[in-house]
Amino acid sequence: MWTGHYGFALRKLVFRDFTVRYRNMTLGIFWCLLNPIITVGILNFLFTKIMKPTVENFPVFALCGLVPFTFFTQTWGISTSSIVESAAMIKKVLVPRELIPIASVLANSLNLLMQFGLLLGMVLIYGGRPSILWLWLPVLGVLEIAFVCGLTLLSSALNVYIRDTRYIVESINAVLFWLVPIFYSFSVIPDEYRSIYQLNPLAALTLALRNILLESHSPATTLLVKLTAVSFGTLAVGWLVFRRMKTRFYDYL
Amino acid sequence: MALIEVTNVSKRFRRKGGRRLLRHRIGEMFGGRTDAEGFYAVRNVSFQIQAGESVALIGSNGAGKSTMLGMVAGVAVPDEGSVRVNGRVAALLDLGAGFHPELTGLQNLFMNAALLGLSEAEVKARCEEIVAFAELEKSIHETLRTYSSGMILRLGFSIAVHSDPALLIVDEVLGVGDGRFQEKSASKVAELRRKGVTLLCVSHNVEMVTSFCDHGLWLHQGELVQDGPAKDLEAAYTNWANNPVTDPR
Repeated sequence: MWTGHYGFALRKLVFRDFTVRYRNMTLGIFWCLLNPIITVGILNFLFTKIMKPTVENFPVFALCGLVPFTFFTQTWGISTSSIVESAAMIKKVLVPRELIPIASVLANSLNLLMQFGLLLGMVLIYGGRPSILWLWLPVLGVLEIAFVCGLTLLSSALNVYIRDTRYIVESINAVLFWLVPIFYSFSVIPDEYRSIYQLNPLAALTLALRNILLESHSPATTLLVKLTAVSFGTLAVGWLVFRRMKTRFYDYL
Repeated sequence: MALIEVTNVSKRFRRKGGRRLLRHRIGEMFGGRTDAEGFYAVRNVSFQIQAGESVALIGSNGAGKSTMLGMVAGVAVPDEGSVRVNGRVAALLDLGAGFHPELTGLQNLFMNAALLGLSEAEVKARCEEIVAFAELEKSIHETLRTYSSGMILRLGFSIAVHSDPALLIVDEVLGVGDGRFQEKSASKVAELRRKGVTLLCVSHNVEMVTSFCDHGLWLHQGELVQDGPAKDLEAAYTNWANNPVTDPR
């Protein structure tokens, strides 16, 4: 039995991951904005200059998808290896293993804050006004973090036993770009796929962000219910699987 | 009641520890070679450690000492038998678990102490003492990357002995630093013993551990060969070590 202090240990692990991740970067944390800015620039060129524009405010429209997507892929990708990378620590101290992948996700969460900042900045540039609806953003952020934590618990534990998991996660992330309505609108999706589409938390987050920032209304209740259920369901499943798998980490690290 | 009761404990490892790729799993699923038997790192070992006792665990390389320690500390799970720890036993003395070269000495100190189970207030209160004992006052704000290996070990040792462990597991670490620091760390360990801390020393250097310990356990190829007073063990082990081709069992 480990008899330490969860909050303190978690904070120190987050601090370590955060410091180590940005140690040798001149731009530091601002690197996390570069990727969405470049992608949105390219998409904007493709979908408003090469092809006929289909939506207004395309940069904001695309960023509503890119922000949850980028945070998700970056965080899930990095954190999947967190247990394997902490092998020395896991074989030596009895610190609760759950803290390691969760710290890895939380250390990345400042990225989400920065990217939300970028999104709101874009809204203002394109003539939007601050609104009370913006208060939805922290709620959506928490839901996304819960979802990523769940998947990370699952994949980081699996990665101990099957080291290819890291590459499988990368492939899933690459495919996801097309399955999240980043550069197309939800209205083009045929009716029969819509309810399934909303079960993808990233698609749901995108729709919710567009509701708030472009259409100026709160996200629909059904959408929020699905998003919350899938996010916390994933967290619960990840937690349970992790608990089962963690007892044998020592043998496989 | 004994502080630690180890009863008929066995631990197997798979021979092919490297078989951790997807194709190995698929191969096993379709009835390929599974290596279910593996080899025994520890086989049918039983012993007890009383509170306040100091115990030496000796054996040559590959005798299963580290695996046994891992099970006592709770990081590894036995395949057979049980390890019962009665009371609050928290510290596996690892010098610098979680140390990262890119953090400063002080940041690593807080990190490591948090992992060992100290609270923030406790670390803050002991911080100066830990740094002073490790003799790192001048370089505690430098990144660990710039430390010599001796400095890193001194820091790890100092954190561990200042973390109030009920059980102190000392794994080949009494040789920390130069001769003077070794003496200092030996007297620190002696001081903890007087306070009633239970000590479990691991080494293949039998003279070093028996000088600290009153009780000895000798592991050979995963099996317990002898369990008795440290002095007897020292004689038997030294005798065997002069001619290690014989089987001590």
